[in-house]
Amino acid sequence: MQPTAIETQPHAAHEAHHEELGFWRKYIFSTDHKVIGIQYGLTGLLFLLFGFCLMLIMRWQIAYPGKPIPIVGELLLKVLGDEMANGGVMQPDLYNAFGAMHGTIMVFLAIVPIAFAAFGNFVVPLQIGAPDMAFPRVNMASYQAYFMGGVVMFFSFFIPGGAARSGWTSYSPLATYADMGHHPNGQTFWILGMVLLITSSLLGAVNFIATIIQLRAKGMTWMRLPFFVWAQFVTAFLLLLAFPPLEAAAVMQLMDNVAGTSFFLPTGLVVSGNAVPISGGGSPLLWQHLFWFLGHPEVYVLILPAMGIVCEIIANNTRKPIWGYKSLVYSVLCIGFLSFIVWAHHMYLTGMGTKIATFFQTTTMIISIPSVIILTCFFISLWGGSIRFTVPMLFALAFLPMFGIGGLTGLPLGFNFTDLHLHDTYYVIAHFHYVVAPGTIFGLFAGIYYWYPKATGRFMNEFWGKVHFWTSLIFMNAIFQPMFAQGMAGLSRRMYDGGVTYAGVDDPALGLVGVPQIFIDMNRHISWAAWCLGLAQIPFILNFFLSMKNGRKVASDNPWESTTLEWQTPTPPPHGNFDKPLEVYRGPYEYSVPGKSKDFTPQNELEKR
Amino acid sequence: MDIPFTVKLRDDTTLYNAKVGIWLFLGSEVMLFGALFSSYILLRVGAPPGTWPRGLLNVPIGAFNTIVLIVSSVTVVMSWASLKLGNLGKFRFYQAITLLCALSFLTIKSFEYRDKFTHYEVWKTDGARMTGHVEGGPYFWSTQTLKDKKLDHIVFHPDPHHYTEPVKPHAGAAAEHEGHAAITIPVAEIARLSAFVPAHSTYFAIYFTLTALHGLHVFGGALVIGYLWGPGAKLWKTDPERFTNRIEISGLFWHFVDLVWIFLFPVLYLL
Ligand code: HEM
Ligand SMILES: [Cu+2]
Repeated sequence: MQPTAIETQPHAAHEAHHEELGFWRKYIFSTDHKVIGIQYGLTGLLFLLFGFCLMLIMRWQIAYPGKPIPIVGELLLKVLGDEMANGGVMQPDLYNAFGAMHGTIMVFLAIVPIAFAAFGNFVVPLQIGAPDMAFPRVNMASYQAYFMGGVVMFFSFFIPGGAARSGWTSYSPLATYADMGHHPNGQTFWILGMVLLITSSLLGAVNFIATIIQLRAKGMTWMRLPFFVWAQFVTAFLLLLAFPPLEAAAVMQLMDNVAGTSFFLPTGLVVSGNAVPISGGGSPLLWQHLFWFLGHPEVYVLILPAMGIVCEIIANNTRKPIWGYKSLVYSVLCIGFLSFIVWAHHMYLTGMGTKIATFFQTTTMIISIPSVIILTCFFISLWGGSIRFTVPMLFALAFLPMFGIGGLTGLPLGFNFTDLHLHDTYYVIAHFHYVVAPGTIFGLFAGIYYWYPKATGRFMNEFWGKVHFWTSLIFMNAIFQPMFAQGMAGLSRRMYDGGVTYAGVDDPALGLVGVPQIFIDMNRHISWAAWCLGLAQIPFILNFFLSMKNGRKVASDNPWESTTLEWQTPTPPPHGNFDKPLEVYRGPYEYSVPGKSKDFTPQNELEKR
Repeated sequence: MDIPFTVKLRDDTTLYNAKVGIWLFLGSEVMLFGALFSSYILLRVGAPPGTWPRGLLNVPIGAFNTIVLIVSSVTVVMSWASLKLGNLGKFRFYQAITLLCALSFLTIKSFEYRDKFTHYEVWKTDGARMTGHVEGGPYFWSTQTLKDKKLDHIVFHPDPHHYTEPVKPHAGAAAEHEGHAAITIPVAEIARLSAFVPAHSTYFAIYFTLTALHGLHVFGGALVIGYLWGPGAKLWKTDPERFTNRIEISGLFWHFVDLVWIFLFPVLYLL
């Protein structure tokens, strides 16, 4: 072995190489974690917008059932044809496809890629003082797999029969028989797309964990990691261990759909009045178990990164250490572990047995404790701080009560006796949207406003940021608050006509009570709020793009005066991140340390004695 | 820019990056196969008593394949050890055996598959069931094929025993081909006809899914090993330590693939 020759040669070659990186290598096939993070971010935001637009169109059908959709009705008719949008009216199959794809896109193509892959990629290596991810080329492959998954999902809208229409949960046997007229159909595309997305997440998760374990800078001990890194670490483990069972389930459902097997199809199955020629012997419950084994950890994948972002921003803008850093770390680890043993709280109504239900009810109640601890730590951290109400801080602050509402309304769903009534109603929709929409999405907005100056060297506009914040906050609540009431009144989710069928069915003789009309009328208010929420995103979109050229320039590399390492780099950070070797001397949140001349002490600042 | 610890070990973890990576990856693989094994258990437990197909696979062939994979596991270790001793030639020799083993495994498996595709079960309208071969040895026939071909009868060579009958001392996979005299079954008396393909039953569904997924892993592993054996070995000249690490990583994966088979064999062939 000739270590010297080996060490110097590639290096020299690399230097020469560096200058030559053309557009393609630099922006499209980049292995730089920051570029990949931004790729994920932009693609994810596009899908977020797309998934949102699907819902905006569906909201028309819910509010004004059977009326032609203004503006886009014609377009839908042209692109998707009579079968889907006859006369510009949304047809049932289209409603189902949009609903299923709204859920799928929002969860797997928008929130996870933004919260985990985009922020994780951009921020984690910087925060731990690493030059890049542990496996840069795997990182690139993981983005490409995600991109292809997105293409497959998007393309499926335009195939004969349209996109998958069995809900984002794709329960069997429905998923196998919802579109018998076409092969391959939307469900097949859905499965293939999911396999690509799962592959992407697995590669990403391996990379994140290996990076955090191996590439922490000198002195960056585990208890000096910013909470954001901890959150991403646990998230990566959830993806790593929870996704493979869904992949297995997807393979089995693919077999059911194309090879005629009966993994999830019971004996004696009758579809549209005909016995289907299959062997039977399968178990629909098996699909649900495998799906929710991923599905529940997945909700923590959606929320933990947002909590991490919020934590960083709260510490930075209260100018004081986070209260209970250690409790936060242990709580997030507990959540990670417990989230693997609560999944069947989604299945109380399946008749899986009261003993099992009781077990899952118990674990569900237990897992709420660490979540409450985390939120409490954040609230206490605000106490006595001299809070700077910057735009990122506004979003972070709003996250707290919004996530709080989402979390607390989850408890009645976790008790099986109350879930019997609430299951599959709009109450559930309201509950988890409080968690992911004004919860996670606000966390993501906070992160975008917060780290934008590091990525671009410019701030986003403060005024329009505040407009974006207040309008979004108001409309989000106007959308989801009434849904709690609708759900408690018994309005089912996934209703093509917004529940009209269930109104006015009162029949004293049979003891039937329909959904009172006022809850049906709420649909219109909700829809208008949703469309306004759409308008409220325009300032954000413009702000996001225009600020790249016109935003106020940052005066230093650390414009928010933060302690963590991502701000101790040049702006924007170059390939390789840090210009000199660095060492970490202290914890992540040393703000307002008594006796110091300034109110923040970066983690890598040497103590001057 | 260079990523630290691609070759050197990190002090506190005493690992290089790829080693952490492969163990994490294998963790996810455990969950993947774990889910399929759990599905197997659930489907089997859920099947009405006495209906789960048994004895339809050829145990000696399965056992032989098990030995093939165990041998390959040994040679993988030997090849890595050879590199540690600085001997590229020996490494090549041992890995060549590994590759041969992989190839034989897949070949044997594909013959097993083919066997199943021409082996049938008939459910008659009077409730009788029999397994055997259709005259002419066609592949992949099903009830639908009978309709499509507008046949009015088939010539069938039944096996001596049906798998739901109590196992007799000598009955088993080996007896399959002895067959009784051919019989003629009118299509009107056939309620269902299926080759031993995934659609036959949940047993064959999980059998084919598990073994095909495992086969893909064998194939993928062999590709990587083959690459490192051929063009990838150039790295040995410039960075032997890194090359040795790659062999270690591919070897860990290979062991995992073998281990999965060690579980698959008893579960699918013997139980
Ligand atoms: C802020 C904008 C959003 C609005 C107005 C909205 C609205 C809705 C509505 C009304 C439904 C129920 C449709 C029905 O039952 O027929 C729904 C379903 C759903 N949404 Fe959203 N949503 C939004 C954002 C999100 C986000 C960010 C996520 C995910 C992380 C998400 C995930 C889902 C899922 C998983 C479903 C269930 C789909 C199914 O029934 O299979 N949504 N959404
Ligand atoms: Cu859950």
